[in-house]
Parts: sequence; structure tokens; C-alpha cells
Amino acid sequence: MGLLILAAEAAPTGPMSVSDANWFLANAWLIPLLPALSFAAILAFGKRMPRRGSELGLVAVGASFLLAVAAAVAWVAHHGAHETAPAVHRSVSWLVSGGVRYDAGILVDGLSVMMLVVVTAVSLLVHVYSTDYVAGDARYTHFFAFLSLFTAAMLFFVLSDNLLQMIVGWELVGVCSFVLIGHWWEAKANSDAALKAFLTNRVGDVGLLVGMSILFFAAGGAFDTLTVNSRIVAGEVSHTALVAASACLLAAVMSKSGQFVLHTWLPDAMAGPTPVSALIHAATMVVAGIFMVARLYPVFWDGMAIASSSVNLLALVGAVTLLFGGLLAFTQNDIKKVLAYSTVSQLGYMVMALGVGAWTAAMFHLFTHAFFKACLFLGSGSVSHAAGGFDMKKNMGGLRRAMPHTYRTFLVATVALMGLPPLAGFWSKDEILAGTGGWGLLGGTGGNGAYTAMLLMGLAGAAVTAAYMTRVIYLTFFGRYRGEGHPHESGPRIVVPLYALAAMAVVAGLFNMPAGFQLWPEAAQERFGHYVEPVAAYFPPIGHATPSWSLAVVSTLVALGGAAAAYRYYFVKVRARSRAEGQSLTELPDGPTAANKLARAGHRVLADKYYFDHLYTGIVAGGVKGPAAKAAYWTNQKVIDAVVDGAGRSAVAAGRAVYDRLDQGVIDNVIIDGAGRVSDSAGESLRGMQTGKVQQYAAILFAAAAVLAGVFIVVVSL
Amino acid sequence: MIDFLDAWGLTLVTFVPAVGALVMMAVPGHAESAHKRIAMAASLAAAAMGVLLLAGFDYGAAGSLQFQADLGWIDVINSRYILGLDGISLPLLALTLAVVPLCVIYSWNHIPEPGNPKAFLILMLILETGMVGTFLAQDLILFFVFFEVVLLPMFFMIGVWGGENRRYASIKFFLFTLFGSALMLLSFLALFFLSVDPATGEALRTFDMRALTDTAGAGIMLGAQVWIFAGMFIGFGVKVPMFPFHTWLPDAHTEAPTVGSVILAAVLLKLGTYGFVRIAVPMLPAAAEVWAPWIGLLAVIGIIYGALGCLAQTDMKRLIAFSSVAHMGFVMLGIATLTDFGINAAIFGMVAHGIITGMLFFLAGSVKERYHTLEISRLGGMLAQAPRLGWILGFVSMASLGLPGLAGFWGEFPAILSAYNPANGVSTATFRVYMVIAAVGTVLAAGYLLWLLQRTTMGKPPAEFADDPAIVDVTRTEWLAWAPLLAAIVVFGVAPGLIFEVTDPAVVGAIEGCLQLAGGCDGATGAAGAAMGG
Repeated sequence: MGLLILAAEAAPTGPMSVSDANWFLANAWLIPLLPALSFAAILAFGKRMPRRGSELGLVAVGASFLLAVAAAVAWVAHHGAHETAPAVHRSVSWLVSGGVRYDAGILVDGLSVMMLVVVTAVSLLVHVYSTDYVAGDARYTHFFAFLSLFTAAMLFFVLSDNLLQMIVGWELVGVCSFVLIGHWWEAKANSDAALKAFLTNRVGDVGLLVGMSILFFAAGGAFDTLTVNSRIVAGEVSHTALVAASACLLAAVMSKSGQFVLHTWLPDAMAGPTPVSALIHAATMVVAGIFMVARLYPVFWDGMAIASSSVNLLALVGAVTLLFGGLLAFTQNDIKKVLAYSTVSQLGYMVMALGVGAWTAAMFHLFTHAFFKACLFLGSGSVSHAAGGFDMKKNMGGLRRAMPHTYRTFLVATVALMGLPPLAGFWSKDEILAGTGGWGLLGGTGGNGAYTAMLLMGLAGAAVTAAYMTRVIYLTFFGRYRGEGHPHESGPRIVVPLYALAAMAVVAGLFNMPAGFQLWPEAAQERFGHYVEPVAAYFPPIGHATPSWSLAVVSTLVALGGAAAAYRYYFVKVRARSRAEGQSLTELPDGPTAANKLARAGHRVLADKYYFDHLYTGIVAGGVKGPAAKAAYWTNQKVIDAVVDGAGRSAVAAGRAVYDRLDQGVIDNVIIDGAGRVSDSAGESLRGMQTGKVQQYAAILFAAAAVLAGVFIVVVSL
Repeated sequence: MIDFLDAWGLTLVTFVPAVGALVMMAVPGHAESAHKRIAMAASLAAAAMGVLLLAGFDYGAAGSLQFQADLGWIDVINSRYILGLDGISLPLLALTLAVVPLCVIYSWNHIPEPGNPKAFLILMLILETGMVGTFLAQDLILFFVFFEVVLLPMFFMIGVWGGENRRYASIKFFLFTLFGSALMLLSFLALFFLSVDPATGEALRTFDMRALTDTAGAGIMLGAQVWIFAGMFIGFGVKVPMFPFHTWLPDAHTEAPTVGSVILAAVLLKLGTYGFVRIAVPMLPAAAEVWAPWIGLLAVIGIIYGALGCLAQTDMKRLIAFSSVAHMGFVMLGIATLTDFGINAAIFGMVAHGIITGMLFFLAGSVKERYHTLEISRLGGMLAQAPRLGWILGFVSMASLGLPGLAGFWGEFPAILSAYNPANGVSTATFRVYMVIAAVGTVLAAGYLLWLLQRTTMGKPPAEFADDPAIVDVTRTEWLAWAPLLAAIVVFGVAPGLIFEVTDPAVVGAIEGCLQLAGGCDGATGAAGAAMGG
């Protein structure tokens, strides 16, 4: 990023000259630069600082947050009431190949500004929270250094103005998460989780590298995002190439954003410290995939034929993930793993939304989800801090009295996640469901096609979400305490961020009140969509669904139904039984899984996580590392080297034969019998061959080659 | 100043190390510190010369040879003493001149068994002359001589200062390379006899690489070109090393002393790929087009096969050695595309691999020195005992697996990218398959490197080393030798333009022949047919 300072200049083809742009937009490159510098500074002298380097990270990320907010304000002013506003694009020369120059730079528009705010806000709160949460850790300084770098990498990624830079940011985010997930590398389980995260992402990166390559050539040799997107929108790029590119990039999204079938690393990533989990799952890392689809939307729009289908790969992957990921959350006892699968499921909503053309809904859900999911993760950390573990059945229960602040904020975020009105999750989820265009009842259709199947799966997912979160609330905060410690409320550096995030979980929905919603002033409706969604030559002409009262009511009822079912089981039945037996039960001993064979089998499949881990770790990774690698090495040693050694041995044997028969036998004995003494020394040296005198080997080979050379030249020149 | 550089620059930078070696021969062997100082001074003098050359280099004209020396040498065969520096040679020259002094620093208190720094350092300086000469020579015979000068010092380094199995390894190294060299020489001779001046139709009878690049094989029948290229293919391919000529490499690396491995990985392997870029492809572009799919095939086999070989290793140093096979596969894939993008990537890949893998071998040497073993299963917990060493290993491994933002990426991704769209006349479908295979290779690379990292650096220190006082963190000498390499990994990763800007004009010039022939081999055969008819 430092390079940008040297020779920042307006891109000649840029949609807007920099001199016109607001200072905060034109200098948005400062936002990733600050945490990058604090990373270096913390590593260099963090240990000697009074607060062991954490203050550097806090200051840098805090400053970035302020700059990001200023940029957002500036963007709103810049955009004004106009239908559209040009993106601010600045770049400098980065490299040259084949006589063509490729730039690096920043692309600031509504999308990147929104991401800047989300990332810096969550990161700042995570920083504050961490000063308490990881206090006393042996690698406290180091933890903060990588927290800074992680933030910087994500900010760098969202500001990228070209494909190459996106790859760089994408992978830097990945490597930071590797380091942070493996923060407590002494235990093998943690380093295994870190490896799994990185390797699964590498598998998706095959798609990224190949997809970006296809895109580069298909768009006529351009890395620049605006150019690539504009050319696609203008119809200058082959549809076949875009089909291939979007399919490849989807693989990358699946690994990064934890979509089926490459989601398995994400729950394991809980091995990292809780603030890292919050950062990974709310604002960085996993939303990188969503962001990439949003940024390169023309590729998917065209490649997946979003405008003209009722199902496509992107929507399908998202829908399957949101439902099946949500189901997995039921069987987890580790509170963080429930939340991890919940993230998988919520990311599924976003991917599905992008797949059905509800671009703004996807981004809005990303925005709201970042706050309530960060709140939930940080809340679970607060709980585990007090309870001494993450297992809801063993370490928790009845914590609402001991931890009122954590309980309240957790509950608010839970309701937001369930998608119940009027909290943030309701508005964004509802917009996604409406965006499927599959709801024909009582008006409210439109959108980009009739994705009815997606709508149904989305609705089912809403019920599942409400149910598993009800379970979490009961197991954690109700019943009696089952652990062995003395639970207590966490300190202010933990509680304050929780309240800040819970507040956002309440109000974030107001940013995008649906159009035509009579309870809200018309001028303040759909502000998020207005400022974030580009209306430009680099963005496809997507259709917008009209919101529907009837759908909102139905989806709320469905969610309430899911919550009610779980409530009846836990808060009524389990609770009653617990009281009757005088202990704190976590499930009914004769519940459905005990009584019903099918339910038991289903529970088993879920508990074994659909057997994906067996397939990947056992069969694929084990197969490559075991048999495949061994076979390759065996070939190396026993086949190729056998040929080499054999050639060496036969050359020696041939030499000896020539020497024995021809030289000694014929020439020596018959012709120059008298000169025997001379050949003695020659014999010595030739025998030396076997003992490894290289000169002779060399001489023989070289002579042979020279003869061959002569023959060859004669033959060729004839 | 420029005049001086023009006349003497390249000659000096080539022979200063050799002069240093001569001086050392005159000094008695027991004066060990004197030898170290002389070797240091000689390699630093060469590096200083290099800095002057870099400063005086006209980057605007990186496509043409600069500081040329052109003197009569062996008149009988019309071979001349021609040296020249352009954008292709420059990064490799800089790499060589930087690596050798760092190796001397590292050797300061790491002279391997059985000692004798005098001989060891003399060999290193001779090596340097050979390597620098190879990158600068512009006459095929001169190139060949320098190419061979490299062979003997490395043979002795492995054979005398190597590990237990040094004898086998050194002989294997020597014979393999020599076998390749013989075929290479044969091809050079064929070029000498068969090349024709396209303008006059007369035989050229020259070893001048500039002239041979200009004629680009015109007038030689395609069939003959293909055979000549085959000779070079094996000659350079052994050195790279390409599958299946690679088996000397793991043995040589495993047995070689640390700095031997470093020089081998950092510079020696590049002589082969450099040969392709400088000689084989530009001089015989039509044949290169014929061979390209096969080179590409062997390259991607090397990528997957090398990675699988790594996964099967139990010895850290041997693992790193196998990783070279995989990494050089990416370099060869870039070359095989015959595009400017691919060859730029290849040159970047050479430099990046030189820095990164050289660094990995330094680390392996230091690990061996502390733990007296490189068995991966016995190591562990390095982050706890020697945290800086562990972090450096982690950092360099990340660079090696091609992490964007570090140097390794710019050799790897552009090579994959270029395979999507190889030069005209080369099968696009074939190379797209190669592209996907190569991309899969990046997953395996991450696999073996992370696995290595997990086993050696993470976890708790094993009981046998837990209280070992020999396990210390990075020492001052090590910092001195490593810091420049570590910095280079970051600098070239962040600002890849530093290298691409230099190589691009030269690469575009070098493969002009290929581009002109894009119409393609028909042009060449047509010309050859015409020549035959005449």
C-alpha cells in the first residue's frame, strides 16, 4: 500500500477525477495502511510498550474506524440525492508484462465504503474486547499484531481495484486466519484446525486462480475490476468463458465463505481464541467470498444466468447451505460450534440472495449479520470466560442471573438472528426472501425470476434458525448451573462492546426500510440500497423485488413456529422434568431420538456432520498423503533411479567387457604383448571405475557423446 | 565511469572471484581467518561491481545487451569472447552476486566437516565465476565453458564436505550433468554447422548467440531443428531438473553441505532454465513450438510428482529438495507457453525460488546444527524453544507455497495464468489442462509445507531436546546472512514490478522469433524448403 503514496494519480479512464472527490474517499488507502503499520510496529517494539503493544493496535484500528465513518459520510454527500454516483478510483503502476502495464489501486464506491465501516467497527470492538479476554496470554503482543494484520488484509481486499490485488488480499486474510486459529499451537487439535482451514481454502483457491485467469483473458487482458465488469455488462465478453469463470470462482467462494461442501473447516476454526472467531465470522475472512461475488457481480450475473432462470448453481449452493448448515447447529454442544454452523447457514442466505439477484439484500444481510453475529460470538466468549468452558451441557446452565449483561445482549442478538421483527435480522432476511421473486401471494413479486424453491428453503431455514437458537438460550442461560466454577459477570471491556453490538443488532435494520413501508418516512426508505448498490456501467441491470406484507407475516410466523417448537421442548418439557427430578437436565431421556428410529438415524447423521470430515480427512487427504505420495516416491526410488543406476552399472560392465575381451584379450595379447607394463597402469585406472573414479565415467560418457555428435552432424547435414 | 563499465564491467564482475581464489591458493592453508577475509572481500568486490553495473544499466533499453565485451578468442572455430548484460541476465546476475557473499558469511563459523576452509571457499569463488560467466556469456562455446566450470567445484563440495552418502550423490550429480552437457554441446555444434544467414543464404559458422538469435533457426529444416532442440532440452532439462531427469537432485541436496545446497538451489538450477530462455527458445522458436506441449507435460508432471515426493519424505532437507522439482515445474510451465507473460513469470520464478529455497536450505542447515537431525518425526516445538527460527521457517514456507504478497506468488500465478493462453501454434486445450493441474499443485504445496511446519515448529518440544542447551535462537551470523534474503522476499512480493520492469523488454525481444513464427512453423519449414530447393 505504501507504493500508493509515491505516485497516486487519477486513472485516465477512471469514472471520476480524484481532484473532485472528497479527501476521505480519495485517501481511503490510509484505512488499511494504518493497521498494516501497527502490525509492523507491534512486532518491532510492542513488547516494550506499557500495554504490550495492544495500544498500538487499538489506536490504529480506531483511527481507521474514524476514517471509514468519515468516508461513509463523504460518500453519502458525494452521492447526494442523485440516482448514481461515480466510483472513486486511484491507481499506480504495479507491474508490467508483455509491454502492458498493470496497476494497483483503490476502488471506492458504496460497496467498499460499507465494508470499510463494518470491518473497522467490528475489529475495533474485538480489539477492545481482546484486551481483557486474552489478558495474561503468553503471546498477547503477538496476538494483537496479527489482529492488526488480519484487519489490514481484509481492508486491503475490499478496496482492491483489480483482480490480482483481490487475490493478494484474499490469501493474506487466509494466512492471518491460519496464524490466529493456530494461536495456541501447543495443542495438536489447534494446529490441526489451522491447517484444515488453510488447506480447505487452498482447495477453493484452485478455483480462484483458474477463474481469475479465465476472466483476465476473457475480458481482453485486463485485471482492472471496473474494466472487466464494464466489458461484461456491455456484452463484450463470451458467455461460455463467463460460465467457466463463475463456476471456478464459486469454488473459491465455497471454501472461503464456508458453503457446502467445503464448509468443514469453519466449525473447526473455533479452536482459535474467541475474539478471532468473532472477527472471522462476522466481518472478515468468511464474508470475503460474499464480497467477491458482489464485487464481480457481472461475472455471476451473466455466467450463472441469474436474470433468466428459476434455479442456478449459486442460488442452489446457498440454499442447500442455509438449510443443511442450520440443521447441523442442532446437534452441537459446544456453544461456539452452534454459532459456527449458524454462520455457515447465514452465509448461505447471502449466497442464495446473490444467486437470485437480490444483490442489495445480500449486502444488507452481510451488514446486519456482522453486528449480531459478532455480538453472539463475543457473548459466548464472555460466558465461557465465566463458566470455564464452551460445552453448553457441561459448563453452562442458568447463567442469566450471574451474567445479566451478557444475557441481555446475547438475547437481543439471538432475536435479531432469528429474524423476528423489529430487529435487524428481520429486515435483511425478509428482503432476501422477497428477493427470490418466488412469492406470488397478495402481491410482492418481481425480482429476477421465480426462485420458488429458494424461497421455500429460505423459509425452512428461518424455522431451523429460530429453533436452534432457542436451544442455545435454554442450555446456556436457563435451568441450573451445571459447571464447577463460580460464574460472574465479565468486566467493562467485554460488556461495553457487547452492548454496542447489541444496539446495532436493534437499529441496523433501519438503514434499509422497505420501499412503501408506511410507518417510515419515505425519504428514509431503502437508504442502504440507494447508497450501496451501484447504478453504473460496471454493474448489471438487476431487477428489484417489491416487498410484501404477506411474506413478512408468513416468515415471521414460520420463525416463531420454529422457536415455539424448541421452546415447548426445552422451556416446558425439559424444564418440568428437571424440576421434577431435582437436577439440571439438558434433554429428555425419552425424547424423540430415543423413541423413533428415523429420528435417531437423522440425529446420528447430523452428529457425524454428514460424514464430510471422514471423506476429506480420512479418504482424500489420507489418500494423497499416504498411498499416492508413497507410490510416487516408490516410482522415484525403484523405477527412475533403478534405470539411472542400471545405466551406470551397465556402462561400467560394458567398459569392463571391452577392456577384458578387446583390450586385454585381443589387442593386448595378440598385438602388443610386449608392451604389457603400460597397460597395467591403464588397468589400474579402469578398475578404478567401479570404485567410483568419476573422471573415467565422465571420459567414457563424454567420448560417447562426442562420437554421437559427429555422427549426428554428418547425418543432419547430408 | 560508464566507459569503464562498458569496457571492463562484465569481465571484472566475472573474474574478480576467480582472482580471489588465485590469491587464496597462494596463502597457506592454516591461515584460516585470512582465507575467510579474502573470500569475503572477493565476493563483496564482485557484488560491488554488480551494484555499479546495476546503477549504470540503462533500464530504458533493458531489451538490448549492454556493457558488451567482444574480443577474439578461438579463431579456429570462430568462437569469440562475448559478454553482455540485458534484462534477462540482470536479475539472475544480481541473485548470484548477492547469494555468494551471504554464503561466505554463513560459512564464517559453519565450515562443514572435515574443515579446510581454504579449499571450501576457493571452490565457492570458482563457482561464482562460473555462474556469473554463464549468465553473461553471449557465445555458445564460452557459455559452455562457464557452464562446465560450475560442475567440478560443486562435485567436490558434495563429494568432500557432504553427508554420509556423499560419494554416490556427487557421482550421480556429476554424471547426470555431464551427460546432459554432452548432448547440449552436440546441439551447439549442430547449430554452428547448420545455421544459415537468411539474407545471403550462406552458412553462418558462428557461435555468436546474438547472431544465432537473430536468424532464429532460419534455413534449418524443421526436422533438424527438432533434434537440435532435443539435445538442448536434455542438456538444460537435467540441470533444471525436469522430470524424469531429476533424481540426482534430492541426493545431491540431501548430501551437500548447507551452503552447497543453498548455491545449488539458488543459482545452479537456474542455469538450466536460463538456457531455455536464452538459447533454446529464441534460437529455435519453430522447434520450441513443436516441443512446447511436451515441455509443458513434463513440467506439470514435475509439479504434482515433486509435491507427492515431498509428502512422502521423512527428512526435512530431502523434502525441501523435492519441493524444488515442483517449483521448477512452474518455471518450465511458464517457459513452455512461449508467451511473454509466461517467460516473465519464469524468470521471476527463478529469482523467487532462488531466494526462498536458498533460505529454506539455510534454515535446514541451522536446524541440523542445533538438533543434529533433520528427521521430521523427531523435531517439534521449535516455536517454543527457538521462536524466531520457527517464525522465519513459517514465513519462508508461506513464501514457498506461493502466498500472494510474497515473492513466490509472482512466479507461480502468472505461470498458471499464461498457460490459459499459450502462444499461437501451441495447443490451447492441452495447456488449459496443464493450467488446472498446476493449480492443483499449489494445494499439494500448501499441504507438504504446512505439514512440515506443524511437525517441526508447533506442539511441545520433544523430550529428547526439551532441555538441550544447544537449541538457541537465531544467531548474529545467521541474521546477517538471512536478513537480506528475508527482506527480498517481502520487497519483491510487494513490488513485483522491480523485476518485471527489467525482464519484460528483453523477454519480448527474445521471443519475437516465436511471435513472428506464430504463423507458425509453416514459415520455418517453408524457408527450409526453399533453402533445400536452392
